[in-house]
Amino acid sequence: MKWRSTIFILATAFLAVFVEASLGLFRNLLGAKIDLLPALMVYAALTHGLGTIVLLAMCGGLWFDSLSLNPLGASVLPLLLIGLLIFRSRDLLMREHVFAQVVLGLIAGAVQPLGTLFILLNKGATPLLGWFSLWQWLVLTAASGAVTPVCFGLFDRLRRTFEYQPVVQTSFRPDREIKRGRI
Amino acid sequence: MLKKSHYIFLVCVVLLVLAMLQLPGGTMSKFKLAISGLFLPLFGLSNSTHELVGEATGTAISKRELLLQNEQLRHDNQQLQIQLQQTAAIAAENARLRGEIGWARPTRWRVKLARVIVRDPSNWWRSMEIDLGSRDGLRSNLAVLTSDGLVGRVQSVGETRSQVVLLGDPNLRVSAKISNGETGIITASSSAPQDQGMIGLEFLSGASTAQPGQSVVTWGEGGVFPPGIPIGKIVDARPKEYGLSTEARVKLAANMGALEEVWVMLP
Repeated sequence: MKWRSTIFILATAFLAVFVEASLGLFRNLLGAKIDLLPALMVYAALTHGLGTIVLLAMCGGLWFDSLSLNPLGASVLPLLLIGLLIFRSRDLLMREHVFAQVVLGLIAGAVQPLGTLFILLNKGATPLLGWFSLWQWLVLTAASGAVTPVCFGLFDRLRRTFEYQPVVQTSFRPDREIKRGRI
Repeated sequence: MLKKSHYIFLVCVVLLVLAMLQLPGGTMSKFKLAISGLFLPLFGLSNSTHELVGEATGTAISKRELLLQNEQLRHDNQQLQIQLQQTAAIAAENARLRGEIGWARPTRWRVKLARVIVRDPSNWWRSMEIDLGSRDGLRSNLAVLTSDGLVGRVQSVGETRSQVVLLGDPNLRVSAKISNGETGIITASSSAPQDQGMIGLEFLSGASTAQPGQSVVTWGEGGVFPPGIPIGKIVDARPKEYGLSTEARVKLAANMGALEEVWVMLP
């Protein structure tokens, strides 16, 4: 059933990139565009395997870069790095706790633009940077932190809808039944 | 947790991405346009929704309001026709005088309407995609404008879509002329990069007399933009590099935050 969940994640990433590019609401309201891919990557890294992480990093990153002036692949490596770091230590993380999800979302949202910027500067590009970039970075980080628990809620609900749910076992066992006879 | 095969797979992926990053500009643009082609159904859906909303809004307007608008448009049309006659007379006189002194005749602007599909999703570039491509006669380095003024330049062209770099992006520099005759280069505003409507005019002379309110147009040097396209008006100017040069801030004539339809200037 994991493949179905992987398709949901990729479809959400596709829609997220399109919405980021076509909706000017956040750009006009906050002066910054938000990125939903780090939040999706946190979810994928905590709940899915390496294949899903690589697919999300490659597809999400390439879709994002194709609509942007970024060099093709600039967003892929930071996403992959985030996914792998979380994947490596996911057994130590309390992934079901909202607080942990928010913190991981915040960290992913902060690392993703910095990583992309690092690659851009190493490529010799001259992106639009200034003091206001700090504000944009904070907005990106906060948005990612806020969206991560929503991702968990949404995908868990989808999983419960489409996956087979095992019947909950009762504590009743016929061999442990106390049969009272006549004393 | 990760096996040896996983590490080999990851190294291959990283090498593939690094190879993609090293692609030459032309090839990369083609790849990007091909990948962004996956969004075409969504672009179509978005356009249809936009049109439906427009039609629904149209049906909600009362007949009385439509009649008033029609009357106003008729009035404006008559005024514009008179202005056009005046302009035609001036143009004919200009052409005759140019012919007498042997100057080249100014070429007429040929423009084509394009719809904005998407804007750049990242924070550090200013670009957008439009729904015209090589099929419509577009090529790179064509000027893009609105009725208010210059917007940007065509960066890369696909068959049905093109990427446009907007004014204020670090990749777009335009030679510009102030109404007092001074010339400079339009760059991204270093003092207000967050403001989409504000750009910088650099490399003005140290003794510049640029004043707030003066209009800025394209100079025509560089061969990309024809001279005389309105860019905006000067907001303020300050000396730079110990008075060796002057930098001005320019408020763009075009509303960059609400671009929906633009005109591409054809060669």
